[in-house]
Amino acid sequence: MAKPLVATAPFTGCFGCHMSLLDIDERILDLVELVEFDKSPINDIKTFTRPVDVGLLEGGISNDENYEQLKLFRKHCKILISVGQCAITGGVPACRNTVPLKECLEEAYLNGPTVVDGGVLPNDPDIPILLDKVYPCHEVVKIDYFLPGCPPSADTLWAALTALLTGKDVGLPYELIKYD
Amino acid sequence: MSKNTVNIIIDGVEIEAQEGQTILQAADDAGVYIPRLCYLKGLIPGGHCRVCTVKVNGRPASSCTFPVSEGLVIENDTEELTTLRRTVVEMLFAEGNHVCPACEASGNCELQAMAYRLGMLAVTLPFLRKPRELDATHPDVFIDRDRCILCGRCARASEAEGKRVFGFEGRGINKRIAVDGEHGLKETDLKAADRAARACPTGCLRLKRIGWKVPVGQRQYDTTPIGSDIEQKQPVG
Ligand code: SF4
Ligand code: SF4
Ligand code: SF4
Ligand code: FES
Repeated sequence: MAKPLVATAPFTGCFGCHMSLLDIDERILDLVELVEFDKSPINDIKTFTRPVDVGLLEGGISNDENYEQLKLFRKHCKILISVGQCAITGGVPACRNTVPLKECLEEAYLNGPTVVDGGVLPNDPDIPILLDKVYPCHEVVKIDYFLPGCPPSADTLWAALTALLTGKDVGLPYELIKYD
Repeated sequence: MSKNTVNIIIDGVEIEAQEGQTILQAADDAGVYIPRLCYLKGLIPGGHCRVCTVKVNGRPASSCTFPVSEGLVIENDTEELTTLRRTVVEMLFAEGNHVCPACEASGNCELQAMAYRLGMLAVTLPFLRKPRELDATHPDVFIDRDRCILCGRCARASEAEGKRVFGFEGRGINKRIAVDGEHGLKETDLKAADRAARACPTGCLRLKRIGWKVPVGQRQYDTTPIGSDIEQKQPVG
């Protein structure tokens, strides 16, 4: 039987959830025995070329690129898992959700204490366009599982992934449900 | 059986209760934990949060306000009630602006601990994302209303100590916790040692300069679910 394919996405997060996945120590060797990585920043594969079994999503949806990528992940992955508080709630980036976007941009680029010579709002066409709010992934597409934490511990990720890939129930014990 | 003792049944187990007690108090004494957020021992029950909902003779009721009487048949630890309570807790998260990774109450917060205990992995209801006011005017205490669940514990505690520093203002979705001072908490007679300053179940009303003192892993609810202290009193069932 071919190994299950896993893809991972870095949306609006800090990469800490990806780091936590690498933090499973020597179990990473078991993991590569168990799965094959497809599109992911870990191996720098940038496009989907085949159907993928599990998509791991880090980060919330804060710009048009995140949005398009999340739609692509939903299209190509059988199972989507929101990993970490950013993907699940918007996380720390969602602190901006109670401030109008215009005010945020002006504070950061025009009026902030570190701005020199008047500043300028970023307008390069290559920079993704910010959305009005930072959205959790499940407010954009259907998400199948949630692994909370900031980041979820390596043990949480390991327990959930191995359960899922071996067809077992992903029920997390009390100690592994954390929002920080 | 003495005259003012009654017997009630919680999840099939008979429990002796004192007349005048609420279901929640009787359950506490018997070592049966009923989840709750706005109830705080020693204060008059508020009946605000509905997390303590049980079924009394088949009908939903808040156990922190429902008085015991002979023969009540109560459902508490059922899948149906756990789902209902989890939904109530989800609503509290969706209504406020809770960023646990950046909150100094994390690990010691009753709202978060309740969500853990009830198995909440995500808030599936849409977030309200409404700006709420911060009050950092007091030298020793702050109010971060993003984290307020309108449980009223601060108000009841303050009233009990004869101060009335806190009260509710507005109605429905505009309800908020208000203070007895035109320009904020600094104009009230709240002291850091007051019970009111320590009655908040969340990270909303907190003492300054104590955040993050306890390392992750050693905080109150890191390894011990909320309610364990009550359940350990006297194992039932
Ligand atoms: S959940 Fe925490 S660790 Fe993961 S991306 Fe967000 S901030 Fe980083
Ligand atoms: S008050 Fe509790 S639930 Fe809210 S952000 Fe702080 S720790 Fe999380
Ligand atoms: S400030 Fe705290 S104690 Fe007061 S109503 Fe809000 S959550 Fe409850
Ligand atoms: S604890 Fe009973 S309604 Fe809140």
